[in-house]
Amino acid sequence: MTDVMVAVLVEHRGNEIAQPTLETLTLARSLGAPVAVWMGDQPPADQIERLGAYGAAEVRVVEVGDGARHAVTAAAAVGSATADASVVLMVSTFANKEIATRLALATGAGVVVDAAGAQMVNGRVETTQTVFAATWDVRTRVNADKAVVTLRPNTTQALPAETPAAPEVVSVIPLLPEVRESMVSVTPVEREDGVPLSEAPVVVSGGRGTGGDYTLVRELADVLGGAVGASRDATDEGWISHEHMVGQTGVTVTPALYVACGISGAVHHRGGMQASGTIVAVNIDPDAPIFEIADFGVVGDLNDVIPQAIAAIKAHRQG
Amino acid sequence: MRIVVTVKFVPDLQSQRSFTDGTVTRTAEDGTMNELDENAVEAALQLRESLPEGEGEVYAVTVGGADAVAAVRKALQLGVDHAVHVSDESIAGSDVFGTARVLAAAVHQIEKDGPVDLVITGMAALDGLTSMLPTALAAELDIAQLTLASSLTVADGTATIERHMADAHETVTAPLPALVSVTDEANKPRYPNFKLIMAARSKPVTTWSLSDIGVDPVQVGAMASRTTVIDASPRPPRQNRVTVTDKGDGGTQLAAFLVERGLA
Repeated sequence: MTDVMVAVLVEHRGNEIAQPTLETLTLARSLGAPVAVWMGDQPPADQIERLGAYGAAEVRVVEVGDGARHAVTAAAAVGSATADASVVLMVSTFANKEIATRLALATGAGVVVDAAGAQMVNGRVETTQTVFAATWDVRTRVNADKAVVTLRPNTTQALPAETPAAPEVVSVIPLLPEVRESMVSVTPVEREDGVPLSEAPVVVSGGRGTGGDYTLVRELADVLGGAVGASRDATDEGWISHEHMVGQTGVTVTPALYVACGISGAVHHRGGMQASGTIVAVNIDPDAPIFEIADFGVVGDLNDVIPQAIAAIKAHRQG
Repeated sequence: MRIVVTVKFVPDLQSQRSFTDGTVTRTAEDGTMNELDENAVEAALQLRESLPEGEGEVYAVTVGGADAVAAVRKALQLGVDHAVHVSDESIAGSDVFGTARVLAAAVHQIEKDGPVDLVITGMAALDGLTSMLPTALAAELDIAQLTLASSLTVADGTATIERHMADAHETVTAPLPALVSVTDEANKPRYPNFKLIMAARSKPVTTWSLSDIGVDPVQVGAMASRTTVIDASPRPPRQNRVTVTDKGDGGTQLAAFLVERGLA
């Protein structure tokens, strides 16, 4: 089975590999022999070592500069670096889903996006996904000889390989197509400290019930080591920036713990968080639909409940 | 300017959604036009309305079985000029590439009456949520792709969008013809009013089969699909759920729950 080459597109911020890539490499090892594809400048030695620790026998570096922001260019670059791979895995992001689509069109591959897992069955890739706001499980078989799969963060536990590899670093010269689109401006989003929302193991979100004050939500997120999310209501009100929006048109999250503070739980919101491990909700309205999917719900004022919970968690830790 | 908007017939979000034989169950009773396609229709109508009378034309196109006509009828009620329904038994079970091929052929068919400048889609369909169709359709049409637009302006034969990616806000431009997918931030969709609903009743829906638009049936449908759903099952509801009412110790109980689960 090790003869199956599984290429993994590395997500990295600057020179730092994002955690979901390590999850993807872990999954790749269960499908075959992983090869990492690094789009960007030559990665530093410690990051190559890290990819090796998670089983990448080879790191293919393909440099396309700002072209990486165009799906057409990025897909061609990934295609050049993965021509001999039977499976191409990526982390599920909006950008990667476009790359996956273009790559599949160019290669005849079958593509599954937002998978929660994958396995090799009789030489074919089979994936699992949760759909319909995480109310259904679906298994999909890729019929084509090549499979392109994007994997949701937090769905596979990242584990280093038993035997680390010392990856060979190979430069790939891509064949790039004509690009019709032009990037007029790129304004980086200022990142808050900590892990990005989509990758966070804990997410604490605030909605209309916060009245626009995120102090308690942030404090609880800090205590639990989580990222801050929000409902559509809150981002529409301008209480918090759009990057924080959890929902089917915002960020989809699958943390081990999701805490919804003052969020009613409209279907649009649930679609972005319902696959979370444990769901906790605090809402003043006992009829809020969020309680239908919460493992633990408190009907009450979050201004009372959250400070008390924070104090109790701190007290517990101090033993 | 001639604009084609693609719209999809999907199960209502509030309905009990399910699968039948590996595809999403779609019935006339609980089906509707994909909510995110309302933003695409709105973007097209706003562009038309920014032009002098008679210089803009909007087509709504859907692909699907008999019930799917509801999606283009909704678009007519919102004010599009023409509705096209591509329906053919051979389409059932298509993957995104099959659907893109059919839509591209429909766009080419519309082009026989004059050039199409813009194709506008929603950012995703709320049933599958894959967001793949816009890219696949742009590739199939071999035109520029401007996806996930939170704003769209068209001037001097060029489309310009803003998009909010996870790491950066981008402004991207491309010459027409182009495909644009718009997010739900792009605009506030209008509601159909009584006058439009009455007017929509008398507007015809053009129905095309695959042979009408020159698509070989073997290139689409379940047989051509590169992926097959082999199992679909409802997830069991969460077990042992607890809801307490705060009587002064709600926060303490919440903390105890988190500690017990090893989460705090």
